[in-house]
Amino acid sequence: MRITRTVAGRSRRTAVMATTGLTAAALLLTGCSDSGSDSEEAADANGKITLTLADFGQFGYKEAGLYEKYEKANPNIKIKVNTTADEKIYYPKFLQQLNTGSGLADVQGIEVGRVKELVDTKADAFADLSEAIDTNQWVNWKSLQATTDEGKVIGAGTDIGPMSLCYRRDLFEQAGLPADREEVAAKVAGGWEDYLKMGEEYQKKAPKDTFFMDSASAMYNGVVSSNEEQYYSKDGKAIYKESAGVQAGWDLAAEAAEKKLTAGLPQFSDKWQAALRKGTVATVACPAWMAAQISTYAGDAFKGKWDIARTPGQTAANWGGSFLGVPAKGKHVKEAMAFVKWLTAPEQQAAVFKAVGVFPSNKGAYELPEVKEAKLPYFNDAPIGEIYAEESQVIPAAVLGPKDGVIKDTISTQINNMETRGTSSDDAWKAATEAIDKVIG
Amino acid sequence: MATSTPTRGAHGSKPDRRAPKAISPGRQAWRSRLWRFDDKASPYAYIAPFFLVFGAFGLYPLIYTGWIALHKVEMTNLDQMEWVGWENFSTILQDSEFWTAVSNTFIIGVISTVPQLLVALGLAHLLNYKLRASTFWRTIILTPYATSVASAALVFALVFRVDGGLLNWLLSFVGLDGIDWASGHWTSKIAIAVIVIWRWTGYNALIYLAAMQAVPSDLYEAASIDGASRWQQFRNVTIPALRPTILFTIVISTIGSMQLFGEPLLLEGGANGAQGGSEHQYETLSIYLYNYGWNLLHLGPAAAVAWAMLALLLLIAAINWLVGRVTRKSAA
Repeated sequence: MRITRTVAGRSRRTAVMATTGLTAAALLLTGCSDSGSDSEEAADANGKITLTLADFGQFGYKEAGLYEKYEKANPNIKIKVNTTADEKIYYPKFLQQLNTGSGLADVQGIEVGRVKELVDTKADAFADLSEAIDTNQWVNWKSLQATTDEGKVIGAGTDIGPMSLCYRRDLFEQAGLPADREEVAAKVAGGWEDYLKMGEEYQKKAPKDTFFMDSASAMYNGVVSSNEEQYYSKDGKAIYKESAGVQAGWDLAAEAAEKKLTAGLPQFSDKWQAALRKGTVATVACPAWMAAQISTYAGDAFKGKWDIARTPGQTAANWGGSFLGVPAKGKHVKEAMAFVKWLTAPEQQAAVFKAVGVFPSNKGAYELPEVKEAKLPYFNDAPIGEIYAEESQVIPAAVLGPKDGVIKDTISTQINNMETRGTSSDDAWKAATEAIDKVIG
Repeated sequence: MATSTPTRGAHGSKPDRRAPKAISPGRQAWRSRLWRFDDKASPYAYIAPFFLVFGAFGLYPLIYTGWIALHKVEMTNLDQMEWVGWENFSTILQDSEFWTAVSNTFIIGVISTVPQLLVALGLAHLLNYKLRASTFWRTIILTPYATSVASAALVFALVFRVDGGLLNWLLSFVGLDGIDWASGHWTSKIAIAVIVIWRWTGYNALIYLAAMQAVPSDLYEAASIDGASRWQQFRNVTIPALRPTILFTIVISTIGSMQLFGEPLLLEGGANGAQGGSEHQYETLSIYLYNYGWNLLHLGPAAAVAWAMLALLLLIAAINWLVGRVTRKSAA
């Protein structure tokens, strides 16, 4: 009946799938082939079980060869993985599947910005992982994030995002700044204000067409993440308008935009990737997983020219990190829990860290040589295991809220408007609060 | 039509009914009643499948969407529906972003539909000449229509890219600075309109061509005997004959531009694409709906947007119909 000209149902879905944008062709393929996986019968004649896992972005299990390893160790199990590149597309679909109870994988990835919403509204739909896994293995704030008030654990912690500062040694030298990581850390020991001062210094003698930072929203996230209270209070109220961390982060971002210390590149966008490839940004506020992104996009040309220092003010902050949940209605809840337990055990988290650089949430992994002695050659052999493990233990247990992820994105968009469009701080804040009130709605 | 065709194939032709001699009167009455029933009911049975399918997949979702629009429903918990009456509608009507989306949709609709239909008309006129390999040309102009929105939009996203985009690369040859197409208020709309025009011009041209070929050739002969030039023939014979077709394409294009989704979503992609640009500069109503439902997870207002879109379409259709009536009258 619908005389749909532009987007009929199917092409709309493909279109949505393709928003992820990075690798269009590959994404279109996955977009078209992701349905129908649950119709496959679970156990075949030999009693072989197919465990399905759905995740987003880069969990690193494939890169670390963990699926094959698990299949080899458990010959009765076959693992099937369905990865969506963009979490924004993955999550609504996941919610719909949770609502209808169909199409769910045996193991599902959960982003930290969403975990509170699931804990609050969907805890019943998940198996209690505390039955199988000792949650004390994780850094304590991580396990709290996925635990309901009754003590049910809906997600096993995979990685965390302790903050650091990634910077370009060569650009710093050319601009007359110290290149050594200890000296850089000392120069910004006073906090993010010092970081901006360093930015002004950099910009004065900066090599042509380079910028001190990639985007002010990255710095903003770094500042906010070091606070215990961010967007919500402990009793679940949205307090972002009064939150000290948000205010401080916003003001710093506005200052950076005004002083033109930033290239104004929305992180992970094409422009951002291009700037890294061309090497025109000198610093990036750097949660552990960011190092992998930088080395991927900046490429071999800048190997060894990047380095990692402690965050300004040596604040301990966490930005990002994910969980693995087991839907209660799955066909193989028991096997799925065993699989999740194995995936999040110290050895496996260390292997993932080695493969793609996402930092373990399991404290046991910090004692393993893969983490403890880890040095990133790309970042001038920065001792990342040491830097991050030390910080991870002292990160404050941040209060999470159901809409943390969307609020963060909304504010980032407006910070970007200040940087690139010259929107005044007041106008941008007004636009941000209007949009966020709509989110909380 | 041929009068000898039996009205109801297998059952035989009408004279049968009037040859009742061998059949008892009661049976005859029963038969004729059956015939009459068949006569009346069969057509409905034939078209029933469409209406059943339409009811299940068209009407039911439509009404259910309306039901949702009157409730507070979150994607996180579809079972919990709280009655709020018209609140969702007043929410979206008070939202400045909604009106931005309305005006964006309207502007993009106009700047894509008008040139598109004009070019299609011209193309159809050219294709209507006697050409060598005419089928080849006709097929060629339809190829953009055959590509999917997603791939077309992604290719054009590369063309309109700031960094290393084809268009900015060409501009650099003329010494012009690169344009950040997606971030400008007008440039982004133009970019989207270009994608739409590229995809749909050929499609409309073929529709016009089909209509043109139905115009009796003696009209043209008479016109040329009267000394009318090609242009005069086009204006005074072709266009009037095409009026209903043109109206049809306008309606179809209007509906299409109202539903514009893939092109704006993919122009920038990512988070910006999903909300129609960092300042909503190219946010269409469909994107607004999508953002409300699938990003903010509030299904109530999203459903309200869907109904508002339907209302707008009906309004536009009514205007179209009125205009059509007036022009037909003035033409007559």
